[in-house]
Amino acid sequence: MANLDKESAVSVNLTNPEEGKWGMVIDRDLCTGCQACVAACAMENNLAFVGEELSGNGRSMHWIRIERFWEGEYPEVKATPFEPTMCQQCGYAPCEPVCPAYATVHSQDQQLNLQVYNRCVGTRYCGNNCPYQVRSFNWFDYERPEPLNNQFNPDVTVRRRGVMEKCTFCIQRIKRAEDTARAEGREVADGEFAPACAQACPANAIVFGRVDKPETVVSQLAKQARGVKRLEELGTFPHVTYLKAG
Amino acid sequence: MAPEKQHEEHAHGEEHLRETHLMLDPKPRGEMNAMVMEAMHYTTWKFWVVAAVLAVIVAVGLFYSWGVMIAEGLGLAGINRPSYWGIFIVNTVFWIGISHAGTFISAILRVFKAEFRRPFTRAAELMTTFGLMQAGFSIFMHMGRVWLAYWLFPYPNQRLIWPNLHSPLTWDVLAITTYLLASTMYLFLPLIPDLAMARDRTEGGWRKVAYRILALGFRGTEGEWKHLRLAMNIFAFAIIPVMFSVHTIVSWDFAAATRPGWSSTIFGPYFVVGALHSGMGAVVIVLAIVRGTMKNMKYFIRAEHFEAIGKLMLIISMTWAYFFFNDYIVQWYGGDKWTNILLHFHEAGPLGFLWFLMLAVNIVIPWAVLWNKKWRSNPWIVGIVGLLINVGMWIERYIIVPISLTINRTPFTWSLYKPGIEIPLGIGTLALFILLYMLASKFIPLVPAWEVQEGQLAHRFTKYGRETVVTVSELE
Repeated sequence: MANLDKESAVSVNLTNPEEGKWGMVIDRDLCTGCQACVAACAMENNLAFVGEELSGNGRSMHWIRIERFWEGEYPEVKATPFEPTMCQQCGYAPCEPVCPAYATVHSQDQQLNLQVYNRCVGTRYCGNNCPYQVRSFNWFDYERPEPLNNQFNPDVTVRRRGVMEKCTFCIQRIKRAEDTARAEGREVADGEFAPACAQACPANAIVFGRVDKPETVVSQLAKQARGVKRLEELGTFPHVTYLKAG
Repeated sequence: MAPEKQHEEHAHGEEHLRETHLMLDPKPRGEMNAMVMEAMHYTTWKFWVVAAVLAVIVAVGLFYSWGVMIAEGLGLAGINRPSYWGIFIVNTVFWIGISHAGTFISAILRVFKAEFRRPFTRAAELMTTFGLMQAGFSIFMHMGRVWLAYWLFPYPNQRLIWPNLHSPLTWDVLAITTYLLASTMYLFLPLIPDLAMARDRTEGGWRKVAYRILALGFRGTEGEWKHLRLAMNIFAFAIIPVMFSVHTIVSWDFAAATRPGWSSTIFGPYFVVGALHSGMGAVVIVLAIVRGTMKNMKYFIRAEHFEAIGKLMLIISMTWAYFFFNDYIVQWYGGDKWTNILLHFHEAGPLGFLWFLMLAVNIVIPWAVLWNKKWRSNPWIVGIVGLLINVGMWIERYIIVPISLTINRTPFTWSLYKPGIEIPLGIGTLALFILLYMLASKFIPLVPAWEVQEGQLAHRFTKYGRETVVTVSELE
């Protein structure tokens, strides 16, 4: 608490929340719906495998999902383009103020919404209040039979039952890149690293980088006329831009 | 008219008033105290059978199921994305609603000196305390890591974190805790003279010890009554804003969120009136059962009381309908896409019949029955209307919580809520409430004897010329 600089917190959060720091652009024209990002995310972030039955009940633990809808009435249906959906890392996140235990917080360093797992008491208010519905709740403790327990990512906490979790933009990778850059006395270069989903995407539909620097690829892409923010009217200032499918 | 006949008629009118009004039908203090004590001590085997059945339901439905759920995980419940909140929250709101009856009857009616309240203030106050206990159980069941529930309270800790005062849930914790403490003290204060009475009329054993401790040495001196009255007066006034704040803050859990159907500015008063609606309904159920099963209660609780509460229920039902309509029409006129989908889902969705049932039992039936003085004087008719209102108010919360949560701004996640272990747990809280109430009725005087006696002292027949009128003197 001591090093919380109130003034900078206010100026960052209230005056320019839409800018943020790290952001993402998702091109719906390029996405093929292959689910590689979903699998990569699960590996990178130690997501639990809930099994067929629970998954069928809608309780799969995913931080990213591929949304797709059917338009029209059967049999005259047309599939809409795929829409990979993860935490939009809002500048004004509705999930943050409602947590009674400060488990859902805004990181001042990275301008991301973070979930502090060991502070979460499981009221699930954040999950209700998220307009994008991208939070996953640990309904049970999930088993990891041999040899799955050997593939844990040591950089990511394992969550227990009764705790909410969500996409972090692979903060462990952000942190590592920033630390390396600082040690070498330089800034993090654009495209130096990517979160698991962006790294795994074979079509390059997911691009990640600094949105507060105009020269980065992600900023250039986001500036296009077909860039939209989801549920922009709510004023949540998401840090993910979707490129409309043409 | 011949003077003799007129006199006879007066006498007959007086007799009739005596029969119908408790306040005009005084009994000597000793006799009434004995009646209250007898009602407390007299139990039949039926009482113990019901209590045993309830105890089994509590043990299995509440404590065993809850233990299993804590050990296995919340997944045993039906809550799921997008309905992260389900019957646990419905029950929490429901029980807090029930708890409003006690304060309404004993504080608001006491402040306004409504004389009919006297014999059942305690019956209503007990509902407040026990209802809030069930609300507490329900909200703790809802938590993913209930063993960390104390993190929601502001206590100095090594992590240097206090509860987040931005969160309506923190306001809730503070409001409900305040209400529980205040209402328990407010239950206790008027109980002191009756505990002293029970102490003096108990021969020995554990009861004598307990009453002696709880009565705090009350002997009924002038000074003691003065202090007690002052304390009760302070509490009666102070608890009214607390009562309003509690259910308003509960409504803010919903109204402060960014959900279609939830962000409604009228939710505060709408919820308070809804709480009173279910609370008054619950009071008449309890009074009808107490009157029908406990000894000597037909003297204390009479048709006039059901008649008076029936009128209140009718007014509250109208107020509730007004707020419901107001909430609905403004949201509908707002024309927001998601709200429109949600409102149509309410009445035309797979659970649309619940929406119509709610309107029938919350509005149509009370209005159709309670306007009639004869009907609303019948304990069983009013009791059944009260029961239906409680069903309706439970459905109302069910519509607001899981059914409204089904529809959000991300259609990909829409899915219907199907309850799981919530059902035995909910039945368990209901059984615990009834069980606690039954046991309390055998331990503390359910009728505030001193309050009834005070009222009877204040009422008398006075002759003005030829007319006999009822006068009430100001005691307080």
